[in-house]
Amino acid sequence: MAKDTNSNQYQDQFYKQKHKEEMKYQVITFAMMIAFTIIAFGLVAGPFSKLFVVPVILVLAGVQVLFQLYYFMHMNQKGHEMPAIMIYSGIFAAVLTILALTTITWI
Amino acid sequence: MSTHEDVLSSENLPHEPEKATLEGKNKFLGFWFFLGGETVLFASLFGTYLALRNSFGNAEGTPTQELFGLELVFIMTVILLTSSLTSVYAMYHMKNHDFKKMMVWLAITVILGASFLGLEVYEFNHYVHEYGHTFTSHAFGSAFYALVGFHGAHVAFGLCWILALMFRNAKRGLNLYNAPKFYIASLYWHFIDVVWVFIFTVVYLMGKVG
Amino acid sequence: MSTATLEKRGFGATLWDYLTTVDHKKIAILYLLGGAFFFLLGGLEAMLIRLQLMVPDNELIGAQFYNEVMTMHGTTMIFLAAMPLIFAFMNAVVPLQIGARDVAFPFLNSLGFWLFLFGGVLLNCSWFLGGAPDAGWTGYAPLSIWSPTHGVDFYAVGLQISGFGTLMGGINFIVTIVNMRAPGMTYMRMPLFTWTAFVASILILFAFPALTIGLFLMTFDRLFGANFFVPDMGGNEIIWEHIFWIFGHPEVYILVLPAFGIFSEIISTFSKKRLFGYSSMVFATVLIAFLGFMVWAHHMFTVGMGPIANSIFAIATMAIAVPTGIKIFNWLLTMWGGNIRMTTPMLWAAGFIPTFTIGGMTGVMVAVAAADFQYHDTYFVVAHFHYVIVGGVVFGLIAATHYWWPIMFGKVLDEKLGKWTFWTFFIGFHLTFFIQHFLGLIGMPRRYWKFLPGQDLETGNFISTIGALLMAVGTIILLYNVIKTTVKGEMCSQDPWDGRTLEWSIPNPTPHYNFKQLPLVRGLDPVWIEKTQGNGKVIPAEPVNDIHMPNNSFLPFMISLGLFIAGFGFIYRPDTSFGYVLIAIGLIITFGSMLIRSLKDDTGHHIHKEDLEKEGAGVE
Repeated sequence: MAKDTNSNQYQDQFYKQKHKEEMKYQVITFAMMIAFTIIAFGLVAGPFSKLFVVPVILVLAGVQVLFQLYYFMHMNQKGHEMPAIMIYSGIFAAVLTILALTTITWI
Repeated sequence: MSTHEDVLSSENLPHEPEKATLEGKNKFLGFWFFLGGETVLFASLFGTYLALRNSFGNAEGTPTQELFGLELVFIMTVILLTSSLTSVYAMYHMKNHDFKKMMVWLAITVILGASFLGLEVYEFNHYVHEYGHTFTSHAFGSAFYALVGFHGAHVAFGLCWILALMFRNAKRGLNLYNAPKFYIASLYWHFIDVVWVFIFTVVYLMGKVG
Repeated sequence: MSTATLEKRGFGATLWDYLTTVDHKKIAILYLLGGAFFFLLGGLEAMLIRLQLMVPDNELIGAQFYNEVMTMHGTTMIFLAAMPLIFAFMNAVVPLQIGARDVAFPFLNSLGFWLFLFGGVLLNCSWFLGGAPDAGWTGYAPLSIWSPTHGVDFYAVGLQISGFGTLMGGINFIVTIVNMRAPGMTYMRMPLFTWTAFVASILILFAFPALTIGLFLMTFDRLFGANFFVPDMGGNEIIWEHIFWIFGHPEVYILVLPAFGIFSEIISTFSKKRLFGYSSMVFATVLIAFLGFMVWAHHMFTVGMGPIANSIFAIATMAIAVPTGIKIFNWLLTMWGGNIRMTTPMLWAAGFIPTFTIGGMTGVMVAVAAADFQYHDTYFVVAHFHYVIVGGVVFGLIAATHYWWPIMFGKVLDEKLGKWTFWTFFIGFHLTFFIQHFLGLIGMPRRYWKFLPGQDLETGNFISTIGALLMAVGTIILLYNVIKTTVKGEMCSQDPWDGRTLEWSIPNPTPHYNFKQLPLVRGLDPVWIEKTQGNGKVIPAEPVNDIHMPNNSFLPFMISLGLFIAGFGFIYRPDTSFGYVLIAIGLIITFGSMLIRSLKDDTGHHIHKEDLEKEGAGVE
């Protein structure tokens, strides 16, 4: 840890600026998530066919989750390689599980 | 490795205090891995729900199209999404070592989370009393309450966790020992939101469409 | 604290030390003791099964008791014997192999052990409380849902508790291996046991949550009136089978991959050769794990999933034979031209290769969906999975016991007795299970209480029982060996096998902090590199400095105890309102302990530089 107060000050300022920048993206992300949610609810409330609505709202949900993971949970930053591997492995197992339970359980 | 630093001191915090110590790094990674496992946990519940959706057997029951209303779910969704943003704000202030503002935003997060939970309780109560839609009435009911209830239990646990951290550290300020704890609690809170995004899409919206 | 100072302390102090320990070496010993206890219990159950089936139309034990014994044999062996024994060696060896002073989460590590133990004890309490679970270790609905006694409740709650422990252990090891490797220990320099422990932990992470949910659903159905598996109320029994096997199949690889790792270490050490095809071994391990997640439905070919699903899962299953084959050939080629020493661990490794190959071959046979309709639920399947689980996992665990006993207890097990163990157990094993292939092909169904005379099943079953008795003799010799070595054995040198990996560079007994200075790793098989290219001592990567260690804690024990008590409450809640009291007491203990944990600052302690220098000599 750098104990040199002088350089620390500049560093602090730099990081503060950086965090502010990041925060701006977070707010934009949030606005988009709210927009997606409104679109999804609107599609369901509106007079659209089921075959159109279901895939679209699933894609919207997927994008929202990526927003959460990459922006809110900072997976876009460095040092998140292992978390990414584990989350995607989890999603892989999750998809297989849901696929099996919705297709081959005698429904 | 700097073993001599006092992890309980609030002075001279480094950039990214949540990952400055080995313990912090371990917690950070371990919790992400745990969330990877939670993905499968909820997938099993989602799969069960999808397999048993609108499945009543010989019992009487209300199908999803009639049961669900969109207004309340929309409000709940917005509340939970907002609480996700407020916990981002809390972490933003943590990174700037501003403990007070972090606590304020965490408090807002807790209030939003609690109101979400309150609405959920109201919703369940409504289903039970208006539609006789209970955990034991048919397989659909069991699957519905198992999935949404598991999520609700996660919310409740998250609330207790964040509250415990807040009370615990109110007087001591931010340090290298508790920064990772705040950070993973916020990760957990975001994950709850991730799960909810799928719940409102798969359970409520797809249920409404049929 | 070295074991030498431990012996001087009283029994009470030692007991308290083990109850509160967060040291991975002591937790390894606890896991070994717990696992061995349940292994003997499961073995006893196996003996009862074989004695009942020794002669046709036998009345030695009753039908209901047979069902309980058969269920508990499977459940105990998989969850309470094999898993903890794997964890014992992972705890004992992985931190040493990667050059770490402890695991990433010492507190969770101890919590994982106590949860396993209390879960296992809860499950076995059922024997004395109205009957053990009797629905088979797979607990298929509707049998498990309608089973009238509390047995299956004990199954659901007991496995739930010990499953939490396993999940924690898994996460702990992934983080340890990712974050705490010594300088120079890159991923592709990790010993193969560490690699397999790593991959198995990842499998635990993704497989156990499915079991958690499955057991929750079963508990809800049995104790809280839910209808997940009740077709009359819209439920679906196949969901249980899917969820169980989504967990259950990866579980097989969770057990066998570390066994592969153990044999890789042993074969390389006793052939005095670098492991042949190290990188292909790593690749095969990861590939097996990946494929292992996509094959679970081969347990369900006869359920009626349809020809398309059956074909997909059949082909995915057969594909696993490829990476497994890579491993078999790599082991053979490691031995090829090596300077082989036939010590006890090496004997087990040599016995493992043909045995496991037979198991793998019958595995491909049952993977053929069409043929599986003939094999399904016969003794052919019983023979198959005992060839892979005993031939792979149990052989591996016994080999590891002999190989790493010096690491865990500082002494070498008697070689002569070790060889006796091997030959009796090995011959007994093949006598027991080889004949069962043919019993199955003749048509003997599995899980049946008795068979009838005059159906050509007498000779085979009799031979099988004789073999089982021989395996029991082998186990008793091993036990005698352990006792004899513990009482009379002498402390050995730090490197009795002429080892290749970092665990053999540590003085005997292993110091509390493992490495006084973290080692600098210069390649695969670091100790061997130093032996051949350096002065035989591992180069330190840091000066002697204060060492940070975690504090002991009694809370893991209390948290687990609380869940144990609450477990009884949940089981008896439908019968008596006293159940609610037990639930309340248990959960207060558990959550209270968790609260204490989070309210107390526990930053660990330091071992000071000066003390380390005083202990000095002999440690590099």
